[in-house]
Amino acid sequence: MLYVVIVYLWAAILLYLLLGGADFGAGIIEFFTSRNNRGRTRRTMYQAIGPVWEANHMWLIITIVILFVGFPKIYATLSVYLHIPLTAMLLGIIARGTAFVFRNYDAVKDDMQKVYNRIFIYSSVITPFFLGIIAASTVSRNVDVMAQDFLSAYIFSWLNWFSVTVGLFTVCICGFLAAGYIIGETDSVEDRQFFARKAKWMIVSAVLCGILVFLASFKENVPLAEWIFGKAPGIFAIAAASLSLPFLWYGLTHGKAIIVRLLGGFEICMILFAVTYRHFPNIVLLKGGGHLSLIEHQGQEKAIVSLAWALLIGSIFILPALGYLMYSFEKKKPREA
Amino acid sequence: MDNFFAARSQMALSLGFHIIFACIGMVMPFFMAVAHYIWLKTGNEVYRDITKAWSKGVAIFFATGAVSGTVLSFELGLLWPKFMEHAGPIFGMPFSLEGTAFFIEAIALGFFLYGWNRFNRWFHWFTGVVVGVSGLVSGILVVAANAWMNSPAGFDYVNGQYLNIDPIKAMFNEAWFSQALHMSIAAFASTGFAVAGIHALMILRKSHVTFHKRAFRISAVFATVAALLQPLSGDISAKDVAKRQPAKLAAMEAHFKTEEKAALILGGIPDEKEKKVNYAIEIPGALSFLAHGNFHAEVTGLDRIPEENHPPVAVTHYAFQVMVGLGTIMMLISVLYYITIWKKKSWLEKRWLLKLFVIATPMGFIAVEAGWTVTEVGRQPWIIYGVMRTVNAVTPMPGILYSFYIFTAVYISLSCIVAFLLYRQISMVGKLYDHSVEPINAI
Ligand code: HDD
Ligand code: HEM
Ligand code: HEM
Repeated sequence: MLYVVIVYLWAAILLYLLLGGADFGAGIIEFFTSRNNRGRTRRTMYQAIGPVWEANHMWLIITIVILFVGFPKIYATLSVYLHIPLTAMLLGIIARGTAFVFRNYDAVKDDMQKVYNRIFIYSSVITPFFLGIIAASTVSRNVDVMAQDFLSAYIFSWLNWFSVTVGLFTVCICGFLAAGYIIGETDSVEDRQFFARKAKWMIVSAVLCGILVFLASFKENVPLAEWIFGKAPGIFAIAAASLSLPFLWYGLTHGKAIIVRLLGGFEICMILFAVTYRHFPNIVLLKGGGHLSLIEHQGQEKAIVSLAWALLIGSIFILPALGYLMYSFEKKKPREA
Repeated sequence: MDNFFAARSQMALSLGFHIIFACIGMVMPFFMAVAHYIWLKTGNEVYRDITKAWSKGVAIFFATGAVSGTVLSFELGLLWPKFMEHAGPIFGMPFSLEGTAFFIEAIALGFFLYGWNRFNRWFHWFTGVVVGVSGLVSGILVVAANAWMNSPAGFDYVNGQYLNIDPIKAMFNEAWFSQALHMSIAAFASTGFAVAGIHALMILRKSHVTFHKRAFRISAVFATVAALLQPLSGDISAKDVAKRQPAKLAAMEAHFKTEEKAALILGGIPDEKEKKVNYAIEIPGALSFLAHGNFHAEVTGLDRIPEENHPPVAVTHYAFQVMVGLGTIMMLISVLYYITIWKKKSWLEKRWLLKLFVIATPMGFIAVEAGWTVTEVGRQPWIIYGVMRTVNAVTPMPGILYSFYIFTAVYISLSCIVAFLLYRQISMVGKLYDHSVEPINAI
């Protein structure tokens, strides 16, 4: 049953990255769009993301619940040492979640819209940035449970070049996901080309940030290269991700939404696989060589078993409904009343 | 303010904020479902307008409820890591099921808000009902988790170790039923009175009277039924507390000395040093009756409880008085309302009845906040009653005070914006839903 829980944990993280990421990306694209085009971007984005908006961030909550029910030690440690970036991410989530809805449901459309937009855009960049920082900090061996002073316990645990570059990388990935996703939602050729251009920009930035991540990993002594290239499946995943890039580019150039979505999802999946595979089951690496492991630090058996059942039974209800939700808003155009 | 107190304040603030949105998110879908149903059955367009107007308000509340809930699920760990490290696996069952309930709620909400004119009308109506039902279920589940903190079950506590965990037993602990019942009714009463009050005000101002009268009617019926049931369920809760947490009951009643034929104390100022209550009205024997169903029963006072396990008496006592006081007023208003409907139809046209409802607008929510203060402050100094102390659960990170300030600022600004948006929604009712001017567009 432990493995059921682990698979759900991994899947929830992946889905949050994909769906929540596309959602953050909507704001990031707006951030990089010239003022004249923002109105159009916003409208298309809203139509595409509105209906699934509430559901997207549920993946984060599921991740958290799995952590504290199944792996309480890991949840507690991260909560203590990454308190500050977690709080920053939460503030971002509050700001963008509310701004997004407020701007659509404000009964009067006036200058307040500008305020909502600004909040939405900035928080859409900040949230995935800190998400990336948090993810990087779990493996960068900077979380120090022995630390005596404030700085090394609560600041340097997450503030270093490696984490910051991963944060930037995450921002680019989210922007790419949003642009790629939206391509399938546009009605006009002009819009499609517009978003394809954005997506390409984001890919280029992501590759550049990826290089920065590698440079930073050398500086911070994070054996990133070794993790990724140390074992065959990791190499395979990265190779697959790189090889699919040209196809993705082709898809973007020719406005093939399906190709872009599938390959985009595939890329993210492979990247996540490559970085988690090597040090599984140790999902948190601590300063001084220690680690927190999904196997050694699992909760008591009964807790894991009931969690697994709750997840399995929950999926029976959730997945079909979610699928139908996405399908309906994809395929069905509004009927006349 | 020390770190510990800052953490408690931040937790209280976040929960106190979230609960308002959670109540509205649980209850409004039911109001909408009724209005929506009447529209589908009768084709009366006013009801469609009511449904749409409400659903826009609800979308705003939902988003705010969802983000504040997300914050809470992190805050449990950010502020109380030692608590979560042990409690997580034990009381996690309701949270894992709640995940499903929220998810269904969020999906159904997507269908409902964006589904006008897209689906079969009854399917669309049904998704609205699903939003309400799953919201209610999630509320009940999370309260079951809180009830576990009051009445821990489902594990053996041996030498500081938590052994033989049984998450199902933990979920169905002794307190869950009385708390979940009382909370669910409270959600209906508080939201109902708030909504009815706003519509009553609009009727008094003579704006769009047809629209507001019908909206008032729906919300007032829910509110008053709930307000009539609330004291009954409160009585169940009180008897329950007397059994499982005598210290909390003693603090609620400011009952310092153990005695038979204990008096019920109304009002008064508890003096914790002198262990007595000044200026109170006492009803002999009433407390014994309320707590144990017998005028002569013995009621444990704080003198039987070691000093270091006393909850703060004054806060708990005042909060309890506020809740019961407001509950009584709301119950009386409800009685009047039913007399009006059944015997004195003419009162319906009278301004004083509507004014009463306007005055009662915030009462339910104040009672909810007061009730939670009773439950949570009355549990102190324990975070898990009788097992773990709150002091031992707090995060080692210093400087929580700043985080408390930041969140306070955020919640205050959010409250202002939400109030502002709501005001705008209501003042736009005229323009959006006046059929004589122009047809309405879909949302
Ligand atoms: C509309 C709101 C409202 C109203 C009118 C009342 N209550 Fe209440 N009460 C709540 C809202 C609430 C609450 C916020 O929902 C609480 C907090 C925890 C809970 O389960 O419900 C609560 C808790 C609570 C508790 C503590 C339960 C515990 O710690 O487990 C008791 C003993 C009562 N109530 C009793 C009453 C009585 C005798 C009332 C008589 C009128 C009453 N309440 C009215
Ligand atoms: C939503 C309604 C709730 C409100 C308004 C509320 C209110 C409060 C208040 C006032 C405190 C501070 C008590 C003190 O320190 O004196 C507190 C603490 C706390 N509450 Fe609640 N509470 C609510 C529900 C819950 C639920 C559902 C849970 C858990 C499942 C919970 C968990 C906690 C925890 C962990 C603390 C901190 C430790 C403590 O002070 O005991 N609360 N809450
Ligand atoms: C420690 C206490 C609590 C935690 C950790 C918590 C957690 C959450 C989370 C994560 C969400 C977001 C779900 C979404 O995105 O749709 C949420 C929303 C919600 N919560 Fe809470 N919650 C707490 C207290 C409560 C209480 C006491 C109630 C009610 C009795 C409640 C009822 C709800 C409801 C109905 C929603 C649905 C969203 C809405 O209506 O706005 N929660 N909560």
